Amino acid sequence: MDKNQLLFLLGGLKWTLTLSVIGFVLGAVAGLAVALARTSGISWLERATAGYIALFQGTPLLMQLFVVYYGLALAGLKLDPWVSVSIGFTLHASAFLGEIWRGSIEAVPRGQVEAAKALSLSYIHRMKDVVLPQAIRISLPATIGFLVQLIKGTSLAAIIGFTELMRAGTIVSNQNFKPLLVLGLVCALYFALCWPLSVYGTWLERRLVTAAR
Amino acid sequence: MSVAATAEPMIAMRGVNKWYGTYQVLTDVNLAVRASEKIVLCGPSGSGKSTLIRCINALETYQKGEIVVDGFHLGDQGKTIDAVRREVGMVFQQFNLFPHMTVLENCTLAPIRSRGIPRARAEETARRLLDRVKILNQADKYPAQLSGGQQQRAAIARALCMEPKVMLFDEPTSALDPEMVKEVLDTMIGLATDGMTMICVTHEMGFARQVADRVIFMAEGRIVEEAEPETFFRTPQHERTRKFLGEILSQH
Repeated sequence: MDKNQLLFLLGGLKWTLTLSVIGFVLGAVAGLAVALARTSGISWLERATAGYIALFQGTPLLMQLFVVYYGLALAGLKLDPWVSVSIGFTLHASAFLGEIWRGSIEAVPRGQVEAAKALSLSYIHRMKDVVLPQAIRISLPATIGFLVQLIKGTSLAAIIGFTELMRAGTIVSNQNFKPLLVLGLVCALYFALCWPLSVYGTWLERRLVTAAR
Repeated sequence: MSVAATAEPMIAMRGVNKWYGTYQVLTDVNLAVRASEKIVLCGPSGSGKSTLIRCINALETYQKGEIVVDGFHLGDQGKTIDAVRREVGMVFQQFNLFPHMTVLENCTLAPIRSRGIPRARAEETARRLLDRVKILNQADKYPAQLSGGQQQRAAIARALCMEPKVMLFDEPTSALDPEMVKEVLDTMIGLATDGMTMICVTHEMGFARQVADRVIFMAEGRIVEEAEPETFFRTPQHERTRKFLGEILSQH
């Protein structure tokens, strides 16, 4: 494997990272909206978001990417692969993060909301100052767990022709006929991204458990 | 405080009824509380006393009747509820301090956010009130680092920081170890002496005797009996009241 091929792999790694960050950041923003809608107490809004979450949790990520990429194109909306893949991951992440955070918001004791209400804090301040800081702490291990899933999930973007780490690996191994070496390296790169995050998540979880005692 | 007897009461509940589904938790509750009056509300568990005071600051809704707090008609929605909550402080059985904030931050959050008071002035007020409940030296600690009694006094200070006209206490000493009950009751007695309008749900009959202008006994969602403490304890009128007092006083 020569230097150019290695650089090509690292280029793919860069896109994997970029896609993960975009999916996570935009997904987090949309996911927060989903979580707030899901706990809003407005029944039609709660039902609608419950359906949204069920839809994305109940179908494969690959199919979601297909639908956004090919489906929107068929509907006459020609999007750059970049844009459509980003939309796909954002939707996917927003449903999963929305559900994780819904659970965390509901895990904050009811007395906290009541105390905030009794102090005449508005909904926005009740959420921003009282509920979310506690909910985010509770959700951190699960949120990091999902981030790890998301990073690995970006490999599916290879199938619609997006040159991230996985596709870069396939391309290089087709050139040098050393699939074991190349794909082994690809694996090692994914592992180097995901494993520290998993360890961090476990560490956080342990710390939260001891803090709750 | 000289409030004319003819003036509109601070809190007026008229014909208040509340149901959970088909189960009626409050039945025809009528209650008028004058400014700086101290009411102790007692009764067996499930009698609706907590529900009653939680209706006053709209933590609970009610289906029938009328509640007026300091001239604001509850049930007029949104803005009125905010206005009432700014005037009515509440202390909970489980303290409900915000665990991710220091005691001082607990005390300044609402004045800054919902009264729009500048931080420096809010902190000044908070320190003064923390001093009054004798935990100024704990101001920069987190709630979990405090004893139960200190936490409840911090919660009282937090409510006072909004400079409320009324304070509601929902079994403020029930979650405390016995040796910490007194420090919280002393704080409440101090408040009462300073002329705060108070409604206290409590089983502390000593406190009721010492502080209350009226003791109200509830059972099954109704106000059964109300009287000055002297009369209430010496000559309770209803069988249910006598039975309740017998049970409560035998425990103490």
